[in-house]
Amino acid sequence: MCPECDARVAVDDGVERGEVVTCPECNAELEVIGLDPPRFVLAPPEEVDWGE
Amino acid sequence: MTLLGLCWLRRKKWTGVSDQMLIGVLCSRMRVEEKLLRDALVQRGIDVEIVDDREVTFTLAHPTRRWDAVLERSISQTRGLAITRVLESWGVPTVNRHAVAATCASKLDTSAALEAAGIPTPETAVAFTPDAALRAAEDLGYPVVLKPLTGSWGRLLAKINDRDAAEALFEHKAVLGGPDHSVFYLQRHVEKPGRDIRAFVVGDEVICAIYRDSEHWVTNTARGATTHNCPIDGTLRQLSLHAAAAVGGGVLAVDLLEDRDRLLVSEVNATMEFKNSIDVTGVDIPGRVADHVREVARGAPIAVGG
Repeated sequence: MCPECDARVAVDDGVERGEVVTCPECNAELEVIGLDPPRFVLAPPEEVDWGE
Repeated sequence: MTLLGLCWLRRKKWTGVSDQMLIGVLCSRMRVEEKLLRDALVQRGIDVEIVDDREVTFTLAHPTRRWDAVLERSISQTRGLAITRVLESWGVPTVNRHAVAATCASKLDTSAALEAAGIPTPETAVAFTPDAALRAAEDLGYPVVLKPLTGSWGRLLAKINDRDAAEALFEHKAVLGGPDHSVFYLQRHVEKPGRDIRAFVVGDEVICAIYRDSEHWVTNTARGATTHNCPIDGTLRQLSLHAAAAVGGGVLAVDLLEDRDRLLVSEVNATMEFKNSIDVTGVDIPGRVADHVREVARGAPIAVGG
């Protein structure tokens, strides 16, 4: 479930912990923290030192 | 240390049971690039440990040397630099090396390294007050590009077309920004032909290059630029290798601008993204990086092009 809007979020078979997916209903970025069943937290917002 | 995940099962180095190679992949989240790099390492028979930079702790007096090398892929430059500094102090090889990543993390350090090596780069000035920045901008000639010292993905870039805009921007940065934003890093704007070039350097080789096309003057793929293959000629190869060598070498993405009939190196990236560059170049970028990491872990001398 999306922690922002409670929508059910389906994930692909190959998804892994630490990946970021998007909630199909509210578009929140969600970090995958568990797989069976899938669990999510809101992904941290971009910081000024993020990048390449 | 708590780990995001363990992909290695066969060996615990400290037991001496096996000499199987173990590579740590330091990351903040599992993006496409980190998955491809992990898979490329595993395909080479290497054990991989994913190390989450949000959860890791290091006690400096108790070195952890279980990795043969660590591939630094932190999305946070601050964390990546801090952790590679600790690992290197413990004798753990890192890709890239701390000094290389530190140079690339600062646009000013990169510019200084490129200038010192005689590499053509956009004319750059630095000033520390709004008034001085205004004089620097006028000396360069409008338009100028104002960039933060650190940052990526085209974030906080400003193209300043005239004195009015310059006065407003410099005042805003001085008042609203922290001390870092009162270092005014300015470059002459280069009228590039709707694209720039990114060359991927691994060790002493330019493995591929792409054009990044955009109607916007900022041509980062994070800002919507599209990519297509860029043939590597002698000039591009040599300049890219020289730029990589100027910052210390390793696994690097060199960004270049076409300025009429010459190329200018604009920046060098130490934790490059490449998911949009594999298909268009046909080059196995994660595989080539994995090969390089394996050589570093084996203790091979690091080849630096240029």
